[in-house]
Amino acid sequence: MQSDLFPDSDAPQPDDSSRRSFMKQAGGILGLALAPPLVAQAERLTAYSKTIEGATEVTLRVNGQARTLRIEPRVTLLDALREYLDLTGTKKGCDHGQCGACTVHVDGRRINSCLTLAVMQQGKEITTIEGLAQGEQLHPMQEAFIKHDGFQCGYCTPGQIMSGVACVKEGHAGTDAQAREWMSGNLCRCGAYANILAAVREVAQRG
Amino acid sequence: MNTETEPAFFETNAAPGVVGQPLSRVDGRAKVTGQAKYSAEYNHLPGLAHAVFKTSDVAKGRITGFDASAAQRVPGVLAILTHQNLPQPAVSPNTPEGKKTIGMGVQMGFLPLTSDQIHYAAQPVAMVVADTLEHAQHAAALLRVQVAPEAPTASYQDAKAQRFDPSKGKGAGEGRGNAAAAFASAPIQLSGTYTHALNHHNPMEPGATTAHWEAPDRLLVYDTAQGMAWMQKSLSKMLGLPADQVRVITKYLGGGFGCKGSTWPHTILTVLAAKAVGRPVKLALTRPQMFTGMGHREDQEQTLRLGATKDGKLLALLHEKTSTTSPWDDYAETNAKIIGMLYQCPAFEAKLQLARANVMTSTYMRAPGEAPGSFALESAMDDLAYRVGVDPIQIRLLNHADKDPSTGKPWSSKSLKQCYQRGAELFGWSQRNAQNGQTRDGKLLVGWGMATASYPVHSGQGNARVRLYADGHAVAQAAATDLGTGTYTVMTQVAADALGLTPDKVRFELGDTVLPTTIISGGSMAAGTVSSSVYLAAQDAWQKLIKVAVMDAKSPLFRAKPADVEVVQGRLQLKATPGKGEDFAALMKRAGLDDVEGMATGRYGAGYESAQAALNAKSDDAGKDDAGQHSMHSFGAHFCEVKVDPELGTVRVTKWVSVIAGGRILNPKTARSQIMGGAIMGIGAALMEQTVRDQNLARYTNASLADYHIPVNADVPDMTVEFIDEHDPYINAMGVKGIGEVSIVGTAAAVGNAIFHATGRRLRSLPITPDKVLDALRQPA
Repeated sequence: MQSDLFPDSDAPQPDDSSRRSFMKQAGGILGLALAPPLVAQAERLTAYSKTIEGATEVTLRVNGQARTLRIEPRVTLLDALREYLDLTGTKKGCDHGQCGACTVHVDGRRINSCLTLAVMQQGKEITTIEGLAQGEQLHPMQEAFIKHDGFQCGYCTPGQIMSGVACVKEGHAGTDAQAREWMSGNLCRCGAYANILAAVREVAQRG
Repeated sequence: MNTETEPAFFETNAAPGVVGQPLSRVDGRAKVTGQAKYSAEYNHLPGLAHAVFKTSDVAKGRITGFDASAAQRVPGVLAILTHQNLPQPAVSPNTPEGKKTIGMGVQMGFLPLTSDQIHYAAQPVAMVVADTLEHAQHAAALLRVQVAPEAPTASYQDAKAQRFDPSKGKGAGEGRGNAAAAFASAPIQLSGTYTHALNHHNPMEPGATTAHWEAPDRLLVYDTAQGMAWMQKSLSKMLGLPADQVRVITKYLGGGFGCKGSTWPHTILTVLAAKAVGRPVKLALTRPQMFTGMGHREDQEQTLRLGATKDGKLLALLHEKTSTTSPWDDYAETNAKIIGMLYQCPAFEAKLQLARANVMTSTYMRAPGEAPGSFALESAMDDLAYRVGVDPIQIRLLNHADKDPSTGKPWSSKSLKQCYQRGAELFGWSQRNAQNGQTRDGKLLVGWGMATASYPVHSGQGNARVRLYADGHAVAQAAATDLGTGTYTVMTQVAADALGLTPDKVRFELGDTVLPTTIISGGSMAAGTVSSSVYLAAQDAWQKLIKVAVMDAKSPLFRAKPADVEVVQGRLQLKATPGKGEDFAALMKRAGLDDVEGMATGRYGAGYESAQAALNAKSDDAGKDDAGQHSMHSFGAHFCEVKVDPELGTVRVTKWVSVIAGGRILNPKTARSQIMGGAIMGIGAALMEQTVRDQNLARYTNASLADYHIPVNADVPDMTVEFIDEHDPYINAMGVKGIGEVSIVGTAAAVGNAIFHATGRRLRSLPITPDKVLDALRQPA
């Protein structure tokens, strides 16, 4: 069980900074360093260079499409998606990497989109919940969430599903205990955990 | 209308339909694809601006000035609003009269930004409105607020807190017999003091308001509202507008658990800000602001004294509660209710004391009163079982209340004994070692505990509309909300069965005040009220079609008496000779009707049973719960296994069983999820949830999801949920009781009782964190 909690050398790893896995991998100190409000981060950035102040043109590849938007460098990936691209499927639950509601995939790895700036993700493949289905055909994880009632209010759901897809791909859904641990960076206040587990395990077992 | 003349689902839909089937959520696809739109996601509004609160660092004091010079230089800033320049509401809740005018929708008798006073930490003191979120956040960070601080009072634990009895000497209102004397002469006397930490609802979706003035006197608000009508009324009163000029929309609601039941300051302040800048404005509370923006479950201490015979029959219950309240209000959870009604006991007395402190007003949180009250009572019952030497289930059966001891009324239905029995079977309770501290799994101490659950059926009523189209499709509507409870799904099922259609032909619409007014989704009232309304609206539509049929010379039902006609699966037919009749579609086509509409008021609880109560109840009011002939409650039993690490003090819940009797279960799939969710929230309250308030500064020290721990996936064991089939004709036309809250009642006690069984130590202070377990283990058992 213990070995499940640490990265395997060759499997793709979650790049998330969620409560459990982040703390376990990186320790509390780095977590604190990322915690200050993003306004303060932006202030720090502007102190180094005046040239990055103000909105600039940024191109993001989201769900297979190039999207160009004018944003300030301090805009998080989460806010860029929600407020500038109207991709509101990605949710803001805490804005501090504590709840996982904003989980998206960047180059196939799960990350908390509130903990990264949009400008840092240029040139990468960003996948959000809106890009998971193939047209009308839902992704197997989406189907499994509906089948197993893996949600109630639905607000943590996009993050849970993105995390679940990555969890399976990482090879971290091999047992119930392992999947529970590797899905614990995504909080659900309605308490749909047992159903989320059932959905993730079903997709994992289907291969 | 009473139960004799109003049709009931039992009668018209005896054959199995889709009601009661485990239908997957009809809103599931929208939720798993990210298409479900929540209240902060209406970005289409022209010129939508962003608002951000500047909050107070101190818990008490006076604002002496603002320095906005740096903030104003931030590009895109539209307004910096404070008490000095914000347009003031027509009516504020700051006076008792104002609060009364506004109605039940506003919980807190104080609105920030109406004066220079600071009453609680993180109180909003200014709002910055800007073209982008980043500009608003930056300007708010640069805004300087000058404050003259004063020494705050942090909680009831502070000696200088002003204490008072909110019932003004009348006691808690509930009581019977001479409890003090009965306790004094009881052969067994138990006494315990139970503390419950301050808890926060923390729904995953933070509170959010998007306010759009469509005209100078017409407002559209997308808000995180559990109660559409309450919010519409409170906003219209505060703004001095007719209710019809205020439209509230909540299509999807990311959880609530009570905190979204009220109109909190951020909503009206965002509306006023939108007025001030002349643009639509959006404000979403930050997660830290969720700890100081939408209420909480108050920190509280209960002392319960229990007197019993040598055999364990209750003789007396004396309950005292002290909790923290705000500088203006006297809200407290009514813990005493469940303590007075759960078991047969001839003498009962309750006292309530509040202490004023510099905190915002606390509010309803899932089973307000019943959840913490049951922790005290069900822990004490467990103590009694051990003291007498009988099984914990046996002690509860011994004290089973065959009628409601607090009112003397018979129960409308009560299947509690079946819950105990089935729960014990599912859990394997018969294998339990009667001795404490005897069961081990390696070095871990293993314990089993159980507790009773109960939640009242509150009286409510609401309206619904059904429109049946001749092509066999239908729309049902009510201004209900679905905060994850499954309202969209279960009402689709109800409408489908009531109209004889398959659910894919029916759409249920909710979450908009232009729809028929109904009850708040709270107090476990929505399922019973809205389902009855939808069902009765369908019956109204059938009655209209029956009238068309009996006047139509081409109908097989021509000249039949309407009372002799029934509708089965969409076919209008004679009750006596069912072969004589026709399908609704054929009738409507011949009559040239594209659609027919039915409208009805559904009643829930005492209001359904008692015509008098129904007349007195207001559509936006919980009404009088005690007006009927029966006492109405959901019941249940929770069973829990824990494993305690004696070296670390950690407690893991490793097995869980809940069996619930909640009347007709509309959808066992969504209902099971709701019960598990309530139990998990209860496990959180039992083992980890606490908001810590610094006793000197009266500020929260852990207002974040990293520091306020809620259960995560790895905290949750395999859970088994079952329902007892129950037929209750007294509560409403559908026979539905609520289940959202009974799910959490007793859960913390079940965990505590399991810890007692594992360790022989009784822990009466929630949450039961490892430090408390280790401290207890160092004491003799």
